[in-house]
Amino acid sequence: MLLIRCPYCEEERPELEFRNAGEAHIARSANIAGESDDDFEKFFFIRSNPKGIIYERWRHMHGCARFFNAVRDTVTDKFVMTYKAGEPKPSKLPGVAK
Amino acid sequence: MKKYSVFAIAREAMRGHKGWEEQWSSPEPKKEYDVIIVGAGGHGLATAYYLATVHGITNVAVLEKGWLGGGNTGRNTTIIRSNYLYDESAGIYDHALKLWDGLSQELNYNVMYSARGVMMLAHNVHDIQVLKRHVHANRLNGIDNEWLSPEQAKEFCPPLNISKDARYPVVGAALQRRGGTARHDAVAWGYARGASARGVHIIQNCEVTGVKRAANGAVTGVETTRGFIGAKKVGVVAAGHSSVIMNMAGVRMPLESYPLQALVSEPIKPVVPCVVMSNTVHAYISQSDKGELVIGAGTDQYVSYSQTGGLHILQHTLDAICEMFPIFTRMKMLRSWGGIVDVTPDRSPILAKTPVPGLYVNCGWGTGGFKATPGSGHVFAHTIAKDDPHPINAPFTIERFRTGRLIDEAAAAAVAH
Repeated sequence: MLLIRCPYCEEERPELEFRNAGEAHIARSANIAGESDDDFEKFFFIRSNPKGIIYERWRHMHGCARFFNAVRDTVTDKFVMTYKAGEPKPSKLPGVAK
Repeated sequence: MKKYSVFAIAREAMRGHKGWEEQWSSPEPKKEYDVIIVGAGGHGLATAYYLATVHGITNVAVLEKGWLGGGNTGRNTTIIRSNYLYDESAGIYDHALKLWDGLSQELNYNVMYSARGVMMLAHNVHDIQVLKRHVHANRLNGIDNEWLSPEQAKEFCPPLNISKDARYPVVGAALQRRGGTARHDAVAWGYARGASARGVHIIQNCEVTGVKRAANGAVTGVETTRGFIGAKKVGVVAAGHSSVIMNMAGVRMPLESYPLQALVSEPIKPVVPCVVMSNTVHAYISQSDKGELVIGAGTDQYVSYSQTGGLHILQHTLDAICEMFPIFTRMKMLRSWGGIVDVTPDRSPILAKTPVPGLYVNCGWGTGGFKATPGSGHVFAHTIAKDDPHPINAPFTIERFRTGRLIDEAAAAAVAH
């Protein structure tokens, strides 16, 4: 089971308190009805599914119930960091060679 | 290829078993092939086998980064069934089921297909409605599926607990009698032996690291850990790593990869005569011919390539198993493992041409690809050989996520999504 640090509660808690909410930083169009089929497919269905560093959303369902973002390595399942929703995608990751 | 038979066993018994030959050869890769298949699992090897036998294309290489059948082919719970809801799915899964029947003879290799029946349990009114809808839809598609009362279910599977006091009582079941199990490793080995005998090169420990494309976009070959290998047609059958390979060709996929776990118990005498599945309590179980209870758990909730998974996922499934079969509460589990499954948004596979000329993909089988192995290989071989899909896999395009013509089996496929 993963241990996940909620950036709002500022505590590391077991995975059972959380729900994964998919890839992060996929912006919903302000004019969703005006999206082309191609753009809608990219927004709705296409995922990066990386083998390595992933940016993903989690929700602290059985805690503060808030959404936040996390950076994790999908090969080791190790978390690099978590950060609050709305904060920009971190350009530098601690401890990750680029 | 020497034929396996009772006479061969007798002959070899007489001379100390010195005459058995290697089941498949391990040649050095050539510079160029007509077709390269990426991934030597059941689906990839079946594709190569049918390319050779049905379409006469034998200048084929199957590249495998690890060992043959070492991915999800060797990690699944070997369940075979075709009781899917939609016509498209019924078409492809029943095509496979028909090929399972007679596969051992076709391959001259005992894949141990056993039509012992797959029984899906209903625990509430909603389950009854859903499963009865399946029974009717399946019958309209010519697929056997029948409704059982709890007593009939118990008769079919005696250790089942149908007590009304259970936390989730059994209130009925849907039974597909043609469903069952097969020996997963033997499927890969049998197809490998058949393909190799017809000239297909199976190259293990050869990881694809890049997909080469010409100026006009068409595929020209693949970069591997054993050098560049050319081919004008490349079929990607890499299960959990399909999107990784497709990214090398510049194609982004509607896929996410998750760990899916399974476990087996210590071996015991025959006690579970069929496959039992339950969506609601989330468990499925069968007994292997070795006597182990084979139990399938669910996926973890996050994308991962770790080939492992959380212990709480297994615990959840074992809770359900003990609820359905109280006699197993003191069984010991021998081992558990994980495989990486590639899941599409509509939970149906993609078997199709891609936007890249010469590149074909067979992926997205998610948590239930083993049952489709022969059918998938058969129609995928057709797709590659003719550069055009077989009518059976024509609906399983990549484009359906743009057009909206989904095959939404998310609710219909049994468990573990």
